[in-house]
Amino acid sequence: VTRSRVAAIACAALPVAFVAVFFVYPVVAILDRGLRPDGHVDLAPLRDVFTDDTTRGVVWFTVWQAALSTVLTLVVALPGAYVLARLRFPGRTLVRALVTIPFVLPTVLVASAFLALGVERSLGAILLAHVFFNYAVVVRVVGELWRHLDPYEEAAARVLGASRWRAFREVTLPALQPGIVASATITFLFCFTSFGVILLLGGPSRSTIETEIYRQTTRFLDLPLAAALSIVQLLTVIVLLWLAGRFERRAAVPRRLRSSREVEHRPRSLGDRMLLGSNLAVMAALLGLPLAVLVVRSLTPPSGFGVAYYRALGHVREGSTLFVPPLDAVWNSVKYATIATVIAVAVGGLAAWAGTRTRSRWLDGLLALPLGVSAVTLGFGFLIALDEPPLDLRGSTWLVPLAQALVALPFVVLLTAPVLRAIDPRLREAAQMLGASPARARRAVDLPIAGRALFVAGAFAFAISLGEFGATAFVVRPDSPTLPIVIYRLLGQPGDLSFGGAMAASVLLMVLVVIAMVAGDRLRTRSIGEF
Amino acid sequence: VLAVVAAACSVSLAALPSGASATRGKTEGETIRLVTHDSFALSKDVLAAFTARTGIDVEILQGGDGGAIVNQAILTKDNPVGDVLYGVDNTFLTRALDAGIFERYRSPALDTVPEALRRDTKSRVTPIDYADVCINYDKTWFAENEVKVPQTLQDLAKPAYRGKLVVEDPSTSTTGLAFLVATVAEYGPNKWPRYWERLRANDVRVVDGWDQAFYDEFSGGGAGGTRPLVVSYASSPPASVVFAEPPTDEATIGTMTGSCFRQVEYAGILAGSEHRAAARELVDFMLSEQFQSDMPLQMFVFPAREGTPLPKVFEQFADTPTDPYTLTPREIGAGRDEWIRQWTGTVLR
Repeated sequence: VTRSRVAAIACAALPVAFVAVFFVYPVVAILDRGLRPDGHVDLAPLRDVFTDDTTRGVVWFTVWQAALSTVLTLVVALPGAYVLARLRFPGRTLVRALVTIPFVLPTVLVASAFLALGVERSLGAILLAHVFFNYAVVVRVVGELWRHLDPYEEAAARVLGASRWRAFREVTLPALQPGIVASATITFLFCFTSFGVILLLGGPSRSTIETEIYRQTTRFLDLPLAAALSIVQLLTVIVLLWLAGRFERRAAVPRRLRSSREVEHRPRSLGDRMLLGSNLAVMAALLGLPLAVLVVRSLTPPSGFGVAYYRALGHVREGSTLFVPPLDAVWNSVKYATIATVIAVAVGGLAAWAGTRTRSRWLDGLLALPLGVSAVTLGFGFLIALDEPPLDLRGSTWLVPLAQALVALPFVVLLTAPVLRAIDPRLREAAQMLGASPARARRAVDLPIAGRALFVAGAFAFAISLGEFGATAFVVRPDSPTLPIVIYRLLGQPGDLSFGGAMAASVLLMVLVVIAMVAGDRLRTRSIGEF
Repeated sequence: VLAVVAAACSVSLAALPSGASATRGKTEGETIRLVTHDSFALSKDVLAAFTARTGIDVEILQGGDGGAIVNQAILTKDNPVGDVLYGVDNTFLTRALDAGIFERYRSPALDTVPEALRRDTKSRVTPIDYADVCINYDKTWFAENEVKVPQTLQDLAKPAYRGKLVVEDPSTSTTGLAFLVATVAEYGPNKWPRYWERLRANDVRVVDGWDQAFYDEFSGGGAGGTRPLVVSYASSPPASVVFAEPPTDEATIGTMTGSCFRQVEYAGILAGSEHRAAARELVDFMLSEQFQSDMPLQMFVFPAREGTPLPKVFEQFADTPTDPYTLTPREIGAGRDEWIRQWTGTVLR
């Protein structure tokens, strides 16, 4: 036991050091600048957040729109998760990859597509966009669990006389709970820290804590207020993660997982077929339509249907605010996202591993914190904290994958930790009974399962890094922009070629995401195998 | 798997570059950093010519819009991110000057710049270019609907233009801020909110940034917007010709020259730069004819250097205002934050 604890602590050292240096230190530095402007701590701004009508309204709006968005997302996406997890139909792998695209698309494009479809800027538009963006979170996280849930338990309940609904409610739902809580937590946090959606689709009269931090920092340079808002945001996130953790710990019962091949089936009954049909229709309308708008726009320059916009991406045009051909961004995006994924998976995986060995949860929580900090805060924090040897990263290209890894890290932890904890110790015991040493039993049992989880998390981390904009924009170098940066720069100037180029670049980004997701799915099942 | 990723991770951490190399002395072989906003653009050969002539390599760092880079520079004052900052405009100038982020330098090339653009008597910043933020109108829409093009700010509040104008939020957009200043200059520090009340009553639409205004809302943006009037730039008509697909030699948008605010952009040497001599060379170069004549077609701004020839497309399509609105940086600096708050209260709440 002692040796394994030492090993666990050693495992935890790298993630802790990483987060301490690249997250805690920069964020504390910028908050300190705000709350200790002249040497002594001034907490008055924290009080002002709640006494001032405007900021109090901002906090309240942030909370309830996020809660409402989360509920809506669960309602719309849970049936979709079932369909993609349990029903076998042609093209399922592709559909599963396609639904992930929205999650990583830059908000500025999605907003433009929504407006083109006739959606008016309003609260409804915000909610719709939040469901659009987070649909994949629920489908992926809950679906992953659903795919391997033992269907015989529910069948047994039916045999014992439970109604279909009762069997679902009392057998399946509790088993899905860890996934539902995890995906609801992620969705809530996303909507809680929503930035682009609020600015672009809510109209300027609506603001969240995140947009207010941005305004106060970049416009008014009111660091005290920005710091106070950041702390309120961070505390909320900590409380929420703590609650989710407690909930999940209670719900985490080791379960017998099944191979998805045993679990899934073709749509047999009329009910199955209707479920499949209606969910595919929802996906097509909610997710497909806006994406289709982008594709169509990218292919229809005023001169008629064609690839003129794509061709224009191949070289630097006169007057472009880009310093390299936009196509180079494809390579940059892949390169940065790969490094970021390696970092995030290594750091997050080690942390999850250490967490299961020591049964302590604070590490998970620590690594999930970047979710609760705005890109502006982190970006400015990087600038003022990592500016002296030995860590002088001013202007360094390393900042991009580091920032992306921080953004992806919470997902890696949230996606791997529950799986690792859910490993049935009886599997390990069985292996030992058959003569394996404890270490070998771990290798044979835990590693394949952990590997699977890390693959899922890695694919997600890669996709997130590909689409990351907020933090990247702060630290990217103009000679090596990523695709979201290129899209943003192109949208910053007038003319058909600029707008069309942005559309074409966004289609390329979508293609990259689909390739990554499909490849991830394939590779995972081939190399690690099912349970 | 874990061992591999952990190893890869520690390797990648070990491989972090060790930051800036500080070579002092001659400028030959030095690398300096130019901090600028997201709209910065320059022909490759222009920068290459500078490097070939001086031996100085220039790294460009872009950190957001004009407001964000100033705040960034203030926050990083003790350890500046770069050596030269370009892109602080007259709406944010005093914040930068008051924070003392620049060191004094009077470029010999400053004599080529007209007096009106030189606002800093203490020679901390050098004017490089100017741009006029104006209302653009969709020529096609006005012709088809046989509506008269508005001439003055006053016109915009008239019923004929109800629901026709889209503007940017000054708290998130520098373009929007410039237009707000134009209205303050026209109506004075006390009466301008009244004007905005009338615009609000006339169904003005506010969006977050220039690209939303131009592409999503403006009918002349080519992406399906419906409003024929937008706060943009006097250089938007030539830009839309340059970026037209298929190529065209006719501008479909025009400029309301009676609505313009002149934005002047400055460059300055960041205090604490370890490459002072090289930084001075760069500032001088930014006022050289080569750099100045490259700017219009790259950033769609007007060169500050007098007598710089303008590209043909500018002469043809850029309607420049003869008498743009302006306030001194001091006046803007004193009022800016309060104006934005008041504007938010008047127009949005």
